[in-house]
This record gives sequence, C-alpha cells and structure tokens, in this order.
Amino acid sequence: MDVIYTIWLRNVKRYLRSKSRIIGSLGMPIFFLLTLGFGLNSVISVPGMEHDYIRFLIPGIVAMSVLFTSVFSGIQIIWDKQFGFLKETLVAPVSRVEIMLGQTLGGATTALIQGLIILVFSLFLGGSVSSVTGFLVAILFMVLIGLSFTALGIAFASPMEDMHGFQLIMNFVIFPVFGLSGAVFPISTLPPFLRYLTYIDPLTYGVEGIRAGLLGTSQINPLVCFFALVGFATFMIFLGGYLFKKMKV
Amino acid sequence: MGPNGAGKTTTISMLATLLKPTSGEASVNGFNIKTQKDNVRKSIGIVFQDPSLDEELTAYENMDFHGRLYRIPRVIRTEKIKELLKLVELNERKNDLVKKFSGGMRRRLEIARGLMHEPKALFLDEPTLGLDPQTRNHIWEYIQRLSKEKNVTIILTTHYMEEADKLCDRVAIIDKGKIIALNTPRNLKDGIGGDLITVETPDAESLRSRIEEFPWFKSSKQHDSFITVNVVDAEKHVAKIAKISCDSDIEIKSITVHKPTLEDVFLHFTGRTIREEEAGSGEHIRMVHRARKRR
Repeated sequence: MDVIYTIWLRNVKRYLRSKSRIIGSLGMPIFFLLTLGFGLNSVISVPGMEHDYIRFLIPGIVAMSVLFTSVFSGIQIIWDKQFGFLKETLVAPVSRVEIMLGQTLGGATTALIQGLIILVFSLFLGGSVSSVTGFLVAILFMVLIGLSFTALGIAFASPMEDMHGFQLIMNFVIFPVFGLSGAVFPISTLPPFLRYLTYIDPLTYGVEGIRAGLLGTSQINPLVCFFALVGFATFMIFLGGYLFKKMKV
Repeated sequence: MGPNGAGKTTTISMLATLLKPTSGEASVNGFNIKTQKDNVRKSIGIVFQDPSLDEELTAYENMDFHGRLYRIPRVIRTEKIKELLKLVELNERKNDLVKKFSGGMRRRLEIARGLMHEPKALFLDEPTLGLDPQTRNHIWEYIQRLSKEKNVTIILTTHYMEEADKLCDRVAIIDKGKIIALNTPRNLKDGIGGDLITVETPDAESLRSRIEEFPWFKSSKQHDSFITVNVVDAEKHVAKIAKISCDSDIEIKSITVHKPTLEDVFLHFTGRTIREEEAGSGEHIRMVHRARKRR
C-alpha cells in the first residue's frame, strides 16, 4: 500500500505543480462547451429529453476531459522512461504491479480533478446537479473512466520507446472513442450501424452514467453502464499491468 | 573499465536485476540475481549513466520518494535524508526543484539517493560522464569519502583511465563483453613491464654501456641520440642516470620519464587504444545529447 501511495503522491504533486498542464487541458473542453453548447443550443432539441442541448452536452464534455487527462497521464510513463526516472522506480524492491496501480490511481485522481473543474465551470453555463446522490454517481463514473483510460494509456505506453506514437493514439484511439461515445449527440436516434459502434465504445457507458447522475435521465440504464464500465476498467488494468510487467528498460 | 559498447552498462543492468542474463550465474551480496531479485535490490544502490531524477520534484522529495519505495520508516527516513544531503552539500538547496540544478549537483543528489537504504554495494555507471573537470574532481572526492566513511563497496564503470586509476582498488578491463584483466591498477601497470626513461644525449653509445653495468637495469633501446631505458620505479633512477652521465662527462639534452598508464595496459591487452575505439562510434553525438538532457 505504501508503494502505491508513494507513486500516487508523486503523480498528484506533479499535476498540481504544472499549472500550464491544468489550464492547457481545460482549454479544449471549455471550447467545446462554449461553441457546441451555445452554437447548437437553439437548433437542437434532444428527443425524449426536456433539457436544453447544453445540459445534455455537459456530461459528455466532463467525460471528455476525464478521458483526455487520464490517457495522457498513462502515456506519461514514456517520459519517465525517457528521462530515466522509471529505472529508479523499477530497480527498487517493489513489484511492478504496485507501481502500475499507483500510476493508474494517480492518473485517475488527476483526471477526476480535471473533470470536476469542468463540472463546476459548467454550472455557470446553465448546468446543474440534480441531487447529492446524482453527484456521487457522476463522480463514480468519472473515477471509472479515469481508471480505465489511465490503464489504457499505460498499456499503450509500455511497449513504446518514445512519443512518436502519441499522435497515432490520439487520432486512431482517443478521438474515435470520444466521437462515438454519444458525448455530443444522442445515440438512440442514430442509424443502426453507427449505434452498434457506440455500444462497443466503453466511453458511451461512462458518458451515459455521468448523464444519469447529473440529469437524472439517460438512454442506457445506469446499472448496465456501471457493470460495463467496471468490466472494461478491470480488463484494462489487467492488460496494462501485464504489458507494464513485460516492459523492457 | 572499457570502451563504449564493451558491455559495462549491460553488466551493471544485469547485476541490478533490470536485465535477464542470457546465460550464466551471478550473485550480489550472496543473493542470486535471477532467483532472489528483491534481496539483490535491497542490497544495492545504483546511479545510472543517464539522469534518473524527477525534475519536477524538489531534492528532498526525490529523496523522500526513494525512501518510501524502499519502505524506510518515516523517522529514519527524515534523518537519513538530512544526513546524506549534508554529505553531498545539498542540504541548503533541498527545497529547490531538481530542474534548477546543474549537472554536478544532480549527480551528487543521485549518489546520495543511492545510499539512502544503506546498500552493501553502490553501482555508479559512468558517474562523471559529461561533467566538467572541476565537477569531476568534486565527484571523485565524494566517491573516495564514501568508500571510507560509509564502508560500502563501490563498483563504478568508466572509460576515463585516470578515473579508474585514481579511485579504484581493483580494475577490471572489459572488452567485447569479456573481462580480459582484473587486478589492482598498480599490478596491472607493473604487469606490462616497468617504467621507461628516455635520455637524449649526443654520446648515446657510451652512456648506454655505462648504465648497463648497474643491477637495476632491465633493458634498453637506442634510436639515434635517444636511449630508452626500461626500469622499475623510474623516479628513483632518474637521479642516478643524471649522476652517471655527470661522472662520465656525458652531456644530457633532455630526460623524460614515462610511467605506464592504464591506457598502456588497455593497449597491451586489446591491441588498440580506447581513443581508436571511439573514433566514429557516435560518442560525440551522444555527449551533446546528454549535455542537452542535463542542461
């Protein structure tokens, strides 16, 4: 436990210290919220929902900022690899699984903070939190997204030598995951082939889970969302742990 | 000691359990590096060739992180950090971020960190590569002090001959993955023949015949007006040679003494110098890269 806490602490410290990173990664979600939110608010009404489009959008954008921050936190181990710090950690008498778990929890924590900042910001744009329970449900799903995608970042970063593959992951994994998740559009009215794609996108369940928490309504049953996402998180943590264990330095 | 690519870092990586040996056995502090990894890791401290500090953390936090990883209880940890930071003269800067540190300061911090869990052996992989001569001397002093005060076995790799000569009790020369010589620097140097005294004189012939009469004389060569005399302990015999020539009225234009260095030893064992090895090996690019990394 000590070791996991130590790695977690380092991640959180580094995060809180890099103001530019915090502000930088707030830029895109806020931009999306403002442009999509206000731009489409008057022309779009979401079927089956009495809310404004902007209120429909907010959970999606919260999920997005959690997604981006957590993948990025996972990928960070490439820097640790390049700057040599990872060796210092790996040569200590601790198991790699502990290191990986610490890293995952650290990434999930920073991602949660980032998501909460967006959530607070959205309150000024007409967003609201339906109830305390709903708020806690939203946090639960943010944590699950954070864990899954930090582990995914670690899984990708483990065999990578440098940051060259980063663009590849951004364009072929992260953007499709975000785009297909129903973060910015309702999935129930999609043509079938697209709808099935959204159903295999794990983020869909995260977005819908947060939506269920914040708005009180969602297109997928929150319990289904919960189990789907717990399953995915478990799978990713095992995969990330496995690849991290096999990594060569 | 050995040229680039000889296998120094690979050897250390294997002994530190970061790399699996393809064959053979090795043990550190009595623990097998293949089957008792955790015990080996507890027994060693290591300073890698490339920097391995977290630049975004302070010196103290880097030490603290290490202490927690090695599960050192808080009270001992705080004490140890203070003691070691004082030892490497960084206690005043303990709350500064490492990214503000110079290359030499970072090295010192890494050495202090490597000692925190009181290892039985400390591995230093090229501890002074890329440092200026002043800083290098400074690091040498620390290393010498450590081996005395902390009673820890220090294993360092280097391709600086003088570094090996100055710091090490025993030197192994490694080339192409094999240790080809292992002894004290002194024995290594003596082993390839004694010192050389070269005398320049117009009357080389007669001086040579006079010197050859003495018992300490081993062998000599003559080339034009130069005689090269092979002896043990050249310093002691320079004066004698001067006196002989003076007594026999032979003029001496110059005397040079050449003590064999580890470079000669290396040449002797490998048939080439380390410099030749490095020509075109990309060393320069590497150094520039490292310098940039260390800033």
